[in-house]
Amino acid sequence: MVLRSKKTKPKAEAPAVPAWLRVTHWLNVAAVTVMVLSGWRIYDASPIFPFHFPAGITLGGWLAGALQWHFAAMWLLFVNGLVYLILNTATGRMKMKYFPLSLKELWRDIKQTLRLSLHHDDLSRYNMIQKLSYLFAIAALVMMVLSGLVLWKSVQFPLLRALFGGYDTARVIHFICMCFIVAFTFVHVVMALLVPRTLKGMVIGRF
Amino acid sequence: MAGSDKKFVRIDKKLVIKDAQKVIADPYRRLFMKKSMSLGALAMLSGCDFTDGNSVDTVLKAISRFNDKVQAWLFDPKRLAPEYTETQITRPFPFNAYYSEAEVRPAPQGYKLKLSGMIANKRDVTLAELHAMPQTEQITRHICVEGWSAVGRWGGVKFSDFLSRVGADLTAKYVGFRCFDDYYTSIDMPTALHPQTLLTLTFDGKTLPPKYGYPMKLRMPTKLGYKNPKYIAEIFVANDYPGGYWEDQGYEWFAGS
Ligand code: HEM
Repeated sequence: MVLRSKKTKPKAEAPAVPAWLRVTHWLNVAAVTVMVLSGWRIYDASPIFPFHFPAGITLGGWLAGALQWHFAAMWLLFVNGLVYLILNTATGRMKMKYFPLSLKELWRDIKQTLRLSLHHDDLSRYNMIQKLSYLFAIAALVMMVLSGLVLWKSVQFPLLRALFGGYDTARVIHFICMCFIVAFTFVHVVMALLVPRTLKGMVIGRF
Repeated sequence: MAGSDKKFVRIDKKLVIKDAQKVIADPYRRLFMKKSMSLGALAMLSGCDFTDGNSVDTVLKAISRFNDKVQAWLFDPKRLAPEYTETQITRPFPFNAYYSEAEVRPAPQGYKLKLSGMIANKRDVTLAELHAMPQTEQITRHICVEGWSAVGRWGGVKFSDFLSRVGADLTAKYVGFRCFDDYYTSIDMPTALHPQTLLTLTFDGKTLPPKYGYPMKLRMPTKLGYKNPKYIAEIFVANDYPGGYWEDQGYEWFAGS
């Protein structure tokens, strides 16, 4: 929307980060936070690995409360994610911002990172590491939702259940996706704080 | 369900906020703090219990009821839960109740199943009568709300056959269960009539042992474990929402799988 109207409107009017992206991004942060914290509580009811999450950092108070949070926030995560994907594709923003992907550029960016000189000067463009890590985060969220469907209603989604290797395997995949998302978020927030102007852009739309 | 997971931390949110307000005298800071405190309050909710009837709790319960409707809509009365082979059975099959295995109660002397509500023939049913009806078996996965699952082998009477036989009103909304271990629960009629919903009398080819629900358990591979009542003393059919032991405490009612 914003990108297409560029020609007709004076440049200053179109925010660098469209409003729908900012709204869906921050709603997603809220949804992911609730999903992860309540998910830890649900995990604790029957851990699949020999550890549990300290109750104090979980959400919901007890299993039933955690389930209520989880099954409420899942709607926000799902609907908001769908809106993001639809708008991102329909406006052509996805194609413009993310593609083409290039291994050469990735290699260059990795070398720059290792030399601690990765640049993000032109904030209207993502570097290859950003492109891939955002695509990775989106993919992890999609997998999270799909494996979540298998756990939520395994009898009603036979095809998904088979694709995820059955109920118990889906549980492990669901957990691993959570780890990916938490790890991504950690690095992502550090990066945002290192380049605070991007944070400003994600909040008010201008860098 | 393990009932032991209920040691929650309670923080009196109102008190904490009141204390903080005393500290903040400056009106601008107060305005700022007021806003950030609602965030802080949200953060504090983690580790807290929501059964004290606050507004968050009300919203979550409303969404939970909405989710019940979505699940009822998703439920396909003809779609079967996967069945497994003899070798895939989980041994030993886990015991689970709201009390420990040592507290399992024996069936009362001269046990008979009571019937009530919207049922034409309310005469008590004996175990012998149930054994005389056509029997079927299933090896299915029991999925617990806690996340674990186990495969077991159950045998007994198709529940839809049973309901027709006793003249239950199949247009009613609910089928409810009262158990002699004081457990109770209820299910929707479409699930009651599902082909894999079984009034079970045996486990793994033998008479249902006490720990798995002797004299009878309702087995539904299309619902979470806590919807599958054991030690059934009475079955009733109703249009008024009967609730359930865990459901009344905040677990969702439909609990399909
Ligand atoms: C408090 C936590 C977070 C902060 C401060 C934050 C900040 C940011 C900022 C500043 C950008 C823009 C980067 C740039 O312009 O160079 C961004 C983009 C993005 N963030 Fe976050 N983020 C947070 C949490 C998350 C979470 C939890 C996820 C997903 C799991 C996520 C996924 C993304 C994605 C996919 C993009 C790219 C969006 C696009 O352009 O299509 N973020 N974030």
